[in-house]
Amino acid sequence: MRNLFVRETGNYKTTYSNDMKMFGTTGAKIKALLIVIVVLSVPLYVTNYWIGLLTLCAISAVGAIGLNILTGLTGQISIGVGAFLGVGGYTSAILTSTYGLSFWISLPIAGIVTALIGGVFGIPALRLKGLYLAIATLAAQVIILFVISRWDSLTGGTAGMVLGRPTIGEYSLSSNTGYYYLCTIILLLTVMYATNLIRTRTGRAFLAVRDRDIAAQIMGINLFKYKVMAFAISSFFVGIAGALLAHYTMIVSPELYSFHVSIEYLAMILIGGLGSVFGSILGAAFITLLPVSLGSLIDVMAGFMPELYQLFSALKDFVFGAVIILFLIFEPGGLAHIWLNIKKYFKLWPFSY
Amino acid sequence: MIFFLQMLVTGIVVGSIYGLVALGFVLIYRASGALNLANGEFVIIGPYICLILMTAYKIPFIFALFITLIFSAILGLTVERLVIRPLQNAPVVSVIMATIGLSSLLGGAVHMIWGHQTRTFPQVFPPTPINISGIIITPVYLWSFVVVIVILILFSIFFKFSKMGIAMRAVADDRHAALSMGISVKYVYAATWTIAAVVAAIGGVLLGNINGLSPTMAAIGLTVLPVVILGGLDSVLGAIVGGFIIGILQNLAGGYLDPLIGGGLKDVIPFIVVLIILMLKPYGLFGSRTIERV
Repeated sequence: MRNLFVRETGNYKTTYSNDMKMFGTTGAKIKALLIVIVVLSVPLYVTNYWIGLLTLCAISAVGAIGLNILTGLTGQISIGVGAFLGVGGYTSAILTSTYGLSFWISLPIAGIVTALIGGVFGIPALRLKGLYLAIATLAAQVIILFVISRWDSLTGGTAGMVLGRPTIGEYSLSSNTGYYYLCTIILLLTVMYATNLIRTRTGRAFLAVRDRDIAAQIMGINLFKYKVMAFAISSFFVGIAGALLAHYTMIVSPELYSFHVSIEYLAMILIGGLGSVFGSILGAAFITLLPVSLGSLIDVMAGFMPELYQLFSALKDFVFGAVIILFLIFEPGGLAHIWLNIKKYFKLWPFSY
Repeated sequence: MIFFLQMLVTGIVVGSIYGLVALGFVLIYRASGALNLANGEFVIIGPYICLILMTAYKIPFIFALFITLIFSAILGLTVERLVIRPLQNAPVVSVIMATIGLSSLLGGAVHMIWGHQTRTFPQVFPPTPINISGIIITPVYLWSFVVVIVILILFSIFFKFSKMGIAMRAVADDRHAALSMGISVKYVYAATWTIAAVVAAIGGVLLGNINGLSPTMAAIGLTVLPVVILGGLDSVLGAIVGGFIIGILQNLAGGYLDPLIGGGLKDVIPFIVVLIILMLKPYGLFGSRTIERV
C-alpha cells in the first residue's frame, strides 16, 4: 500500500519557477489549506481560557519568527528582544491612546518604528561578532528600557499606559475569539513572509552572512546593508508582536519588557530550532505553555505539599533553565528537528533507513 | 570637594568588587571562549552558604568561608562537567544560552531554598567607620579593596609562574596546539571553572557583608559585563582596571547627574560606556586583538 505520509518522492524540479513555488505539489496545497482551516476553527471547540493562551502563543510566535530571522538565519545574536517588544508596544500605545489614531494605522507604524530603532542598534553588528554583539544588544536593552521609564511625558514613566482593544468599524475585538483571529491571521502572514524570505535573494544573502560573513562579502554581498536589514526586518516583526501583546494585555509598563523576556524569546528559537520558521512556532508555544502546564502540575501536587504555591515563580525559573540546558545538550536542533525525525520515522516505516 | 572625593572612594571600593566578579568572567573567557552569564548566581550562592554556616551552625567566619570556597569549587566543577563540557564544540550562541539557562536554574534553586527576603550578615568586620580627613570609609570597604589587590597579585603570579597557570594561558591561546603539546584541556577547563566559581564566591561574600544578601544581587552578573568589555574580555588586569573605572563612573554619575534627571542613571551608565567602547575600541583597553584571516 502507498505510504500516506509520503507526499513527494523525489526532486523533479526542472525549472527555476518550479523550484521557487511556495506549494510544490497538490498535497502541499491541501496541507496548507487544512492547517489554515484547523487554526481558524479552533475557537469553535476550545474554551475561552485556551483561546487566550493560543492567542499568546500566536503573538509570541510572530516575535519568535522575527528573532529567528536575525539569529537563526543571519547568525546575529540579540539579547535585546524584550526592549524591542517594548518599543512596539509603546509606539502603539502612544499612537492610539495619546493621539487617538486607529489601531490599524498604529500597528504597522509600531513595526516600522521598531524596525528603525532595531536598524540603528544593528549598525554595531558590522564590527562586532558573537559575544560582543550579544553584549551590545544587551546594552541596547538596558538603554531603551531606561529611556522608556524616564521619558515620563511620552510614556507615562514606570506607571505605564493603558490602551484598548482594536475595533473594526463598530465591532470591537474585545472578546478573546476576535483577538485570536486577528493574531492568527497576522501569524499566518508572518509565516508566509518568512518562508518566502528564505527563498529569495535577501534570505540567501542572510544565510551567506551567517555561514561566513567575510566570504559573503567577497561574493559581493553588501555586509552593512544586509546586517542592518536583518536587524530591521527582525525588529519589524518583534515590534508587531509587541504591539499585539500590548493591545492584548491592554497595559504597557517597563517591567513587562525586562531582560527575562529577551531570554524567553531566545529560548523559544533555540528550543524550537534555529533558522526554522515552523520551529519558532513550536518553540513559542512550548515556552508560553510551559508555565501554564507547570501551574496545573502544581495544582495537582499542592494536595500533598501546600507550600508549593509560594515556590511557583522560583520553580518556573528552575524548570525553564533546566529545559534550556537539556535541549542544548541533547537536542540542539530543537523541536523542529524532533518533528523532522518523527516524520522521517513514519516516512521510512517499516524500514528504519 | 569632599563630596567628590567621597564619591571617588566609594567608586573605587565598589569597583574593586566589580573587578573581582569580572575576574571570574575573564578567566572563563580566556580558557574556553565562553561568556558565563550565570556568574551572578555563582556570586550569590557562596555567601548564602557562608551565612547559613555562620548563623545556623555557629561556625566562625574564617572556617565558614573556607567551607564555602570548597563548596563553590565543587559547584564550579559540577557545572563544567554537566553543562559546559557537552557543549564544547557547540556554537557561541548555544554556550551563551546554556549559561543563561544555568543562571535561571540556579537562581530558581536559590529562591526555592532560601526565599527572597534580604538577609544580613552577622558582624564580621568592625562596624565603626574610619574617617580620613572627612572621607568616610567603613572597614568592610577597606577589606574588600585589600582582598581584591591581593587576589590580583596572586593571579598575576599564578599565571606567570605556576604550571597550571601557564597551561591555562596556552589553552586560551590555542586549544589545539596546547592539546598536541600534552596539556589536558579537559583538566584546564575544569580548573578554570573551579577557580572562577571560587573567585565569584569571594566577591559574593564581600558584597553580602556590604549590602546584605538577597537573590536580586545576582544582577551583578549583568552589571559586570560592561566592566569586562571595557577592560578587554581576555585581560585579567583589564578586569580590575575596568572594574575601578566603571565603579568610579557609576558613583560620579549617581552623585552628580542623577539628581538632575531623577535617578536611575547609575545602572545605565555602564551600558552607555559599553556601547561607546564597542563602537570605538571593540577589544577594550587591554584586550588582545584578534586578527581575522580570510
